[in-house]
Amino acid sequence: MCLGIPGQIVAIEDAERNLAIVEISGVRRPVSIVCIVDEDHPVESCVGDWVLVHVGFALNRIDPEEAAETLRILAELGEIQAELDAMQPGQA
Amino acid sequence: MKYVDEFRDHDKAKVLIREIAAVAAGIEIAAERPIQVMEVCGGHTHTIFRYGLAELLPKTIEFVHGPGCPVCVLPMGRIDDCVAIAERPEVILATFGDALRVPGSKKSLLQASADGADIRTVYSPMDALALARANPDRQVVFFGLGFETTMPSTALTVLAAEAEGIDNFTVFCNHITIIPTMKAILESPDLQIDGFIGPGHVSIIIGTDPYGFIAEQYKRPLVVSGFEPLDVLQALWMVLLQIRDGRAEIENQYGRLVGHAGNKVALSAIERVYQPRDFFEWRGLGSIDQSGVRFREAYARFDAERRYTVPAVSIADPAACQCGEVLKGLLKPRQCRIFGTACTPETPIGALMVSSEGACAAYYRYARKAEPS
Repeated sequence: MCLGIPGQIVAIEDAERNLAIVEISGVRRPVSIVCIVDEDHPVESCVGDWVLVHVGFALNRIDPEEAAETLRILAELGEIQAELDAMQPGQA
Repeated sequence: MKYVDEFRDHDKAKVLIREIAAVAAGIEIAAERPIQVMEVCGGHTHTIFRYGLAELLPKTIEFVHGPGCPVCVLPMGRIDDCVAIAERPEVILATFGDALRVPGSKKSLLQASADGADIRTVYSPMDALALARANPDRQVVFFGLGFETTMPSTALTVLAAEAEGIDNFTVFCNHITIIPTMKAILESPDLQIDGFIGPGHVSIIIGTDPYGFIAEQYKRPLVVSGFEPLDVLQALWMVLLQIRDGRAEIENQYGRLVGHAGNKVALSAIERVYQPRDFFEWRGLGSIDQSGVRFREAYARFDAERRYTVPAVSIADPAACQCGEVLKGLLKPRQCRIFGTACTPETPIGALMVSSEGACAAYYRYARKAEPS
């Protein structure tokens, strides 16, 4: 029940009621975007945004830079380990 | 799927598991007892079991599965009240599917439905409002439950009903809040938790600021985490780094969705519609002060508890059920005396066996076969 799932806003269904159409894994359904609309993000500007959808409401936009940053840290850890492995005496 | 597959990468998980083992090896208390990290949220419990994360970690690290499954902590008396409302002939009861099997003292909603009550499963409270719009001669009652993740959706639906002038829609409100619950856990004398993996979706709404007291007053680290396996492993690694270095801070692994201040629109809808109850009863944990909410007087006409007199009887959990001990981390699911025998996902006795986010159901589904009995 508490799970959220990423989807992309593909159209605005009803601007007055803040209803958008969101595509989630190929399925389209109306989703309320009232929580993510403000002066800086008017309704029409939301098309194309990736959002996290929970029980029919978009809770927030997914920040692509932050997502990349999290993955960068993980990739770096991998590189450090590979480096350390390379320093170990080789095994036949 | 975008923002999902990247966080399930097998090689990156291996790297993290090695990192975690290395950090854990540097933690002194691990020589005496396992390091206990509580994942507060049932969504994380589900991820841990689904991907078998606990089995991949060194034996010195133990997950304690927290109370953050709102379906699981609903006491029997509330289910009985909900069944009583659903059985009124004029009522259509709309509920999330998860709540259907939660046992009441006499029956679950699923059994009430088989006995003739008009119960509909909905994906969103807005779908419940649509039912009210489509059935003006009936009373639609939405079974509202969940932490702050779900609270705004119910509140915003009530505000939409108000704006549209829909008067055959009410909510049976069982929403609960995370901060008083965490306080109750931290005050519990028989609990030994070294750090917390904090809820991700609740934190989208409330932000990370409200957790400050956990670091300041209780000196425990908390890292807010996403729900993919790499998210949970990375958050665990961050918690362990704090424990090793003797730090207690609130950190955020889920920056792609969580900020420090939360969501303004959602928080103001919550503030507008709900007020705290003096106390709310939890299955397995007893009563926790200020942990539940009800509608404010201004929204009383949307409150099913005010419209229908409910019995509101407090009913003790079944004697054989040990959900309380499992919820506090004192017992592992399989150590419960009725786990997998009298209590299974098909015929749950305890609430932890009901929802896929409940520790026992997740354990039953994913971990039972992996372990020797």
